[in-house]
Amino acid sequence: MIRLSIPARQALAKLTLPMLVVAAFALLLLGKADALLAERARMALADAMAPIYSVLSAPIVRVRTVISDWDELLIARSENVRLRDENERLRRWQSVALALDAENQRLRANLHWIPDPAPAFVTARVVADAGGVYARAVLLALGPNHGIAKGQIALDERGLVGRVTEVGARTARVLLLTDLNSRIPVILETSRSRAILVGTNGPRPRLMYWAEGAVPAEGERVVTSAEAGAFPANLPVGTVHYNAANVPEVEPSARLDRLEVVRIFDYGLRGIGSPEGSGKSGVSPEGSVKPAASPEGGVKPVSSPEAAGKPATPPAAAGKPATPPAAAGKPATQPAAAGKPAKPAEARR
Amino acid sequence: MAPFDRTPGIRPRPSLGRRLDMAARASFPATCTALLMLLAAVPFGFAGQAALIPAVATISVYFWTLFRPASMPPVVVFPIGLLLDLLGYLPIGVGVICLLAVHGFALSWQRFLVRQSFAVIWVAFSAFAAASAALGWGLTSLMGFRLLPVRSAIFQGVVAIAVYPMLAVLFSRAHGSIAAPEQA
Repeated sequence: MIRLSIPARQALAKLTLPMLVVAAFALLLLGKADALLAERARMALADAMAPIYSVLSAPIVRVRTVISDWDELLIARSENVRLRDENERLRRWQSVALALDAENQRLRANLHWIPDPAPAFVTARVVADAGGVYARAVLLALGPNHGIAKGQIALDERGLVGRVTEVGARTARVLLLTDLNSRIPVILETSRSRAILVGTNGPRPRLMYWAEGAVPAEGERVVTSAEAGAFPANLPVGTVHYNAANVPEVEPSARLDRLEVVRIFDYGLRGIGSPEGSGKSGVSPEGSVKPAASPEGGVKPVSSPEAAGKPATPPAAAGKPATPPAAAGKPATQPAAAGKPAKPAEARR
Repeated sequence: MAPFDRTPGIRPRPSLGRRLDMAARASFPATCTALLMLLAAVPFGFAGQAALIPAVATISVYFWTLFRPASMPPVVVFPIGLLLDLLGYLPIGVGVICLLAVHGFALSWQRFLVRQSFAVIWVAFSAFAAASAALGWGLTSLMGFRLLPVRSAIFQGVVAIAVYPMLAVLFSRAHGSIAAPEQA
């Protein structure tokens, strides 16, 4: 250690704080100039902390379950009545859905519909809130050598959660659709009008830029749009709800406040951020929103119309036994339909 | 600044064990701050937990700057701020600047504040927490080129003010015992 004279040491001590403040501002600018650096440091820390979080979250989840069990016990009777009613209603809807599903498959078979590729997915546990004060995000714990990449889509058992924005060695950060920076192209299901879902950091994101004349109706379902190639079409997002200020918001289907397990889907979309994905899908004609999703998905081999005749088109559906659970994320008909339309096409040959 | 020597004179060099003890006691504030911040980041699952990390950091830096400035020098505040940025998903540097500002102003008021009652120190902390939250809000907005919701910043300040008494009680205990190098 260098021995300094007392005045020199005092002068140095006085200079430390201003120098560090300057260094902090330099850091601020550096972080702005090279966002990747900050991201890497952050994910390295998250990687280091994730195992600790996973271990600690087990007893925490147990305590929370006990508390919620107790609460549920108190309202069990009224809850039972409500659930029985709901079950009755859902059973009616189920028969409607099954009939529609069958009809849908018949119609698709007649139309030689190009099936959407069945997406690959992995399921991951949410281990921490990765939002901070000004953001809404969650941290997922993944094993090493996971195949998760930026831009992949997270769903829980009910609907869209968000997109993967940062990926570490054993963690990934998912930006929720409620985050201030989240912009999601959506379609209002009944009017087929397009809109943008804008996060506000609040519990309900706002609907903006819908087509003139197609005002979102209260209770209308909102699904993702394949426009811009960032999302596949028809993932359930939520329902329209007008707030006190008469601004249309969307009540998310996903339970964003209590996420425990999410599924990360790889739709092979290149979407926003890379030149080859954006720009092209925007010009797809009205009404053909759905197929626009699959031709853009460069990974799966269903990109050209003449490939429709080949029965080999849904290789994912045939090869992987894991595909049926995807039905919950995608509209229920797709994986089932993926195998079928190929048959009449084959017969035609 | 070295603590005032109450019994001046020539003494033998402290033994290795004693020096280690002194170092451990001197580093208690920094270690404790980092551990508390990591603890605040553990997903307990209650609403608004994200505001706890900046609150803990601000309280620790304020308290130890007032009562043990030798154990909370700017060189220690800087990495604590960095940890805050990383854990709190703030733009890198924002937390550092906020905490350095808290440290700097607390240090310049230290002589006055340290002699006041708990309530006065708490009221002064409220001003520090509010200013720090406002500074953080301003810098984050500036870095993102957009106005962020003010409510988050207000909430962050309120959480810090509300949590202060709890942590201050714990820290006061530690201040006279485990964090006191002169007792080594």
